[in-house]
Amino acid sequence: MEDSGARSKILKEHFGISTKENQKVIALAGNPNVGKSTVFNALTGLRQHTGNWPGKTVDNAQGTFTYKKNSFLLVDLPGTYSLLAHTVEEEIARNFICFGQPDVTVVVLDATSLERNLNLALQIMEITSQVVVCVNLIDEAERKNIIIDFSGLEKELGVPVVAAAARKGIGLEKLKEEVYQIALGLKKVQPRKIRYSPEIENALADLVPKIHSLGCEQLLNPRWVALRFLDSDEELINSIVKYLDLQGWPSVRDEVGIAL
Amino acid sequence: MLARNKTNKAEIKKHEEKTNKKSQTTLSQMPVGSTCTIADLHLEGLLRRRVMDLGIIPGTAVQCIRKGPSGDPIAYTVRGTTIALRKEDAAKINVFM
Amino acid sequence: MNNTIRNTALLDLKREVQKKRLAEGNNYADQIVADIFANVENIVKKNVFQKENQTNWSQIADNILTSRVTGYPIMLLTLACILWLTISGANVPSAVLSDIFFRFQDILTGIFIHLGAPDWLHGVLILGAYRSLAWVVSVMLPPMAIFFPLFTLLEDLGYLPRVSFNLDSLFKKAKACGKQSLTMCMGFGCNAAGVTSCRIIDSPRERLIAILTNNFVPCNGRFPALIAIGMIFGAGTLPLHLQSAAIAGIITGMILLGIAVTFVVSWVLSHTLLKGEASSLVLELPPYRKPKIGSILYRSFIDRTVFVLRRAVVVAAPAGAIIWLVGNVYVGEMSLLAHIANFLDPLAFVIGLDGFILLAFILGLPANEIVFPILIMGYLSSSYMIELENLADLQTLLVSNGWTWLTALCTMLFSLLHWPCATTLLTTLKETGSKKWSLFAFLIPTVIAFLICFAVAQSARLLGLA
Repeated sequence: MEDSGARSKILKEHFGISTKENQKVIALAGNPNVGKSTVFNALTGLRQHTGNWPGKTVDNAQGTFTYKKNSFLLVDLPGTYSLLAHTVEEEIARNFICFGQPDVTVVVLDATSLERNLNLALQIMEITSQVVVCVNLIDEAERKNIIIDFSGLEKELGVPVVAAAARKGIGLEKLKEEVYQIALGLKKVQPRKIRYSPEIENALADLVPKIHSLGCEQLLNPRWVALRFLDSDEELINSIVKYLDLQGWPSVRDEVGIAL
Repeated sequence: MLARNKTNKAEIKKHEEKTNKKSQTTLSQMPVGSTCTIADLHLEGLLRRRVMDLGIIPGTAVQCIRKGPSGDPIAYTVRGTTIALRKEDAAKINVFM
Repeated sequence: MNNTIRNTALLDLKREVQKKRLAEGNNYADQIVADIFANVENIVKKNVFQKENQTNWSQIADNILTSRVTGYPIMLLTLACILWLTISGANVPSAVLSDIFFRFQDILTGIFIHLGAPDWLHGVLILGAYRSLAWVVSVMLPPMAIFFPLFTLLEDLGYLPRVSFNLDSLFKKAKACGKQSLTMCMGFGCNAAGVTSCRIIDSPRERLIAILTNNFVPCNGRFPALIAIGMIFGAGTLPLHLQSAAIAGIITGMILLGIAVTFVVSWVLSHTLLKGEASSLVLELPPYRKPKIGSILYRSFIDRTVFVLRRAVVVAAPAGAIIWLVGNVYVGEMSLLAHIANFLDPLAFVIGLDGFILLAFILGLPANEIVFPILIMGYLSSSYMIELENLADLQTLLVSNGWTWLTALCTMLFSLLHWPCATTLLTTLKETGSKKWSLFAFLIPTVIAFLICFAVAQSARLLGLA
């Protein structure tokens, strides 16, 4: 990746994360109470350390694991229901996925309440296409007589879907394999785009070309930026300034100029 | 999906007309065990967004499942999860029964 | 494209969207959420199927655990069980640890003598720093190693959100958040950990209230002294078979008082310094889950026990050195310790204590565990911190130093209500990022402790009870 130097700088300065050379960065997102930390622990074992996000009183856990001779740095994002509201946790999760540019974002979902959990997955898939969905707690879903068509789900979402019961170690190998494939670009994904109602789509049709003309599409998905405009998300513009205002990345400085 | 959304709205409207708004009440007044559909939310700010992020939006089916030992807060089943809200917040959410 | 043009373009865009939003009634944000859920419903409808439902164990458990009749008693019983397991279970390992530490102290002393080190150096480093370090570790580590896993167990089971659910209506009256109850439970283990756990509270205002009042829950470091004093001056006078019931009653009373003060202070803060937005609660009650013991032990040990212990050690060792100096530097006939105690005596008397007790609380700022040992050291004029082996010795010592039931009561009240330990204050500073609020975290309990002890002591004396 040509901008890996700039990325590791952003990771270090804004998220307090140091990466080794060639190490892939994996973000772990999910609702609270879905066994996200179980997945985290199962993948990293004892190779982890905890602290705070820089300048925030929000817990941050990082750990590493190796798969097929590749080193992965797993970053546990705060558990959130959404990336739309403005709690500190959601801001951290959103900013990391958006500006930390993780190689893969793993979204952990609770198999027993997919109707609520998929909300977050779709929101994340709007920001990045490098997503692996991990449907955790399938053992509980089974007990509750919930039947999930995983291949149907995978087709529908357009990203890899892994069925897992992290407590029992089920699905973790497959999860690592999918993460590996996406991170190294061995598998191409075509994430489902959310279809909005006509009033939103019309507004987007109007707005997206204008955002395109500002020339920041290599950094951020214009459709997503447009949606945040409609959301009246002032915070995001501030975030663009904060995270991308780095020396040695002139094109980015221009982007930042927009926001200023 | 769009069609479905429209149907939902249409259904609610039909329901509304048929019952002449008589069965419209607030989430806080639902008896334990009863089921309803969210009509609209009169919440503001962060609370409104939080509630909506949990999937409590117009058209959503909600069941009141229990009240706290003192009658407050009240727990509801929404989209397969259990969410507790305070009585006065639930009173700002209109529902069709 | 240069920046100025982009700026203008962006501003234009912003204005345009704003106009559109207002024209459409500003409901884009709501519609976006609704549309995402509509997409989700569509996906779920096609790929997730619910066969006939089985017994919902979580609902059945909730029928009992959050019921009007059994909800509160089960909660109190659980708390009592955890405290009992923590306190009684910690005795043996504490004794073993302190035995090991003090044996090692003898070895260190031997080395110092062998090297011909001066007495004062041995005093400051071994009798001061090392001894108080050993003290804090042997008193703190076992209860924490028991309390935190038990607490984490409840967390993993999914019981804690039910506690918030049950208690929220009480906290609502103080315009605080029901989740504050969990931070208070955590405070029983350690107030510093309790302050950190306030992160679970979303609203900054309610979080600050929880942080500022956490200290009114007595932590593990204060329990041993509360129990010892309660035994000697309360339960100890009763027939043997009534003693454990009486001490349980005394401790429960103290805890309830602390909780009452928490509510009052929360209410006052909500209506004065921390006025603000109406509070609300959006609480998920996740299904109960079978906990995983391995991860509980690991997490509670690494994240909580070691975390708390490390901070305690950092403050305890230097404090020990200072305390040794104060106890061993003589001015005239008396040690500095005795001089300061004499100086404090009039003030202390007014609030039902004596100079040595107040000084022990002041010198005990680094860690509550060392308050009682400092006090004994002051009374015995011995040169380093010690603890008497049994309660009878302790009783003789206290009574011969003029303790009455009033001294005992005021000491217990002061211990319950006084300023937070240094570790907790540092944690408060870290969590709030504000010197002002950290100062309040010190001042509020301090003022309350003085006022209540003053009121109790003066009324008892006026009524001729003591």
